[in-house]
Amino acid sequence: MLVEQIMTREVVTLSPDNTLQEALDLSHHHRLRHLPVVQDGLLVGLISDRDLRAAAPSTLEQAESDQILHDIRVEQLMIKDVITAHPLDFVEDAAAQIYKHSVGCLPVVSQGKLTGIVTERDILRNLVEMMGVNAPTSRIEVEVPDKTGMLANISDLLRARRINTSAVMVFPSAKEGYRTIVFRIRTMDPRRFIQDIEAAGYRVVGHPSMMTDGEV
Amino acid sequence: MVANGKSAFIYSDAFTKYKFAEEHPFNPKRLEMTLDLIKTIGFLDADQIITPRMATQEELARVHDTRYLDAVQAASQPQANPDDFATWGLGTEDTPIFAGMHEATSLIAGGTLLAADLVMSGQYRYALNMAGGLHHARRAEASGFCVYNDIAVAIAHVREKYGARVAYIDTDAHHGDGVQWIFYEDPDVLTISLHETGKYLYPGTGEIIERGEGRGYGYAVNVPLEAFTEDDSWMNAVRSVIIPTIQKFAPDIIFHQNGCDAHTYDPLTHLSASTHIYREMPKITRLLAEEMCDGRLVAVGGGGYDIWRVVPRAWTMLWAELNGNELPERLPKAWLERWQLEASTALPEFFLDPPGSFEAIPRRAEIEEKNEIMVRRVLNGTPFLY
Repeated sequence: MLVEQIMTREVVTLSPDNTLQEALDLSHHHRLRHLPVVQDGLLVGLISDRDLRAAAPSTLEQAESDQILHDIRVEQLMIKDVITAHPLDFVEDAAAQIYKHSVGCLPVVSQGKLTGIVTERDILRNLVEMMGVNAPTSRIEVEVPDKTGMLANISDLLRARRINTSAVMVFPSAKEGYRTIVFRIRTMDPRRFIQDIEAAGYRVVGHPSMMTDGEV
Repeated sequence: MVANGKSAFIYSDAFTKYKFAEEHPFNPKRLEMTLDLIKTIGFLDADQIITPRMATQEELARVHDTRYLDAVQAASQPQANPDDFATWGLGTEDTPIFAGMHEATSLIAGGTLLAADLVMSGQYRYALNMAGGLHHARRAEASGFCVYNDIAVAIAHVREKYGARVAYIDTDAHHGDGVQWIFYEDPDVLTISLHETGKYLYPGTGEIIERGEGRGYGYAVNVPLEAFTEDDSWMNAVRSVIIPTIQKFAPDIIFHQNGCDAHTYDPLTHLSASTHIYREMPKITRLLAEEMCDGRLVAVGGGGYDIWRVVPRAWTMLWAELNGNELPERLPKAWLERWQLEASTALPEFFLDPPGSFEAIPRRAEIEEKNEIMVRRVLNGTPFLY
């Protein structure tokens, strides 16, 4: 999936000439943590509500010192070396950038122009959808040897049972030379599928039906 | 107020036509067995049995997409091809299509709707539709053995006809997702579901953070409990969450979905309850209905896949509670003899599983602790309580 498929296109932006007070008001009004700064359609900076709050005088001080918020312009406080994404980046690349640089969002820029924004929240929502948690499913984890054809073998069992799959994830297993495949399958009764898996010589792991002693 | 022994029992032999396949776990034989147990024990007068009609297209369309209603009707034709209905969640191993599907599930929806009308109009204090409780069905999709959502159809009906505020309690071991999503933005329908956590179990939802949306925020309550939860921990969660939320919400009517698949015998779930909880839970909802809404209570069935050892006992105890009948200790001999011939396992002799029937769960203390923390978090995050 591409960044352009999950990004927000209607971006609330600032101009470098806006005052800090205007930036704060905009951030409060739209409940936004990040505001890109744009001049003639080009991205020139980014300002976060954290920077704004740090710059604002303490609410415990006298009101006259609020003047500073009206005097200083966004340009003076914004960061200029913004980490951005491209609309055609993969979502997982964007996630890696957000994680690696510890930032909360990535403005999406194409040919210098701001075309959208992706936030941590967008990435998480996308992840939740990819994991199939938003559709009614049962979860089955299967431990398989780390070699070709394993996923196909288990999928054949699902096809034979006419069970649809909502998501599949393959993880490294705790056991050397094995992998864990997690299926989110659209059935309320996975018993026969579990039997099929065991009969085919694989092991279902973690499932409460395989435990007797309350090891959860 | 004591139950007056004159509650409405919504039933038709045609309820048993809601049957997917011979080996399918959702087996309507459990209705026959339970009805027979209730009759054998002498808890049912002929004039308490009320025959339902099918819900109309208009009544179903309050909660279901009309294109979905068309699809179910097409899938009900004898020549229908199962592969044509995948987008509607039909024709799968869970919800295979069968001839007469639309009629069978419309009758169940009509039954719950009738139960709600009888209670709202004051003709009966309490009404039971054992065949109802199809809580997984969604607006435009069959799910988890459920085609039409009879509960949502009945709730939408009492919302529209009587303007009633509705509390829905779901104690099935699976999350009551269908009803929750249909009323997710409605502050006049409080949905409370207690269930085994969706980590492994279908439908996977029912997380504590699902609390409703928009004006309905706070009016969806979820209590996901650990696998291997036993009676005391389950009942502690039921009491701690249901009693204060219902008292504060002050509904005009209570719906209680009585799925009985949290029992340790149930083959589809991983909870470790005994039949004691099915004796205690209906008492709590009945007393709450008396306290908060002049007794208006609609009870429906739901899940329950140990049809021999659990469902007949659980729902007979439910009906006994709705009628104020005194429950005997033992199941009647005649009933046991009749059904033991057919049963694939030894039938239990007592309504309440005797102490020591099941092995203790080694990690009980940790499971109880985890559930207690969960209950506290649920209550703390329910804004209308404060």
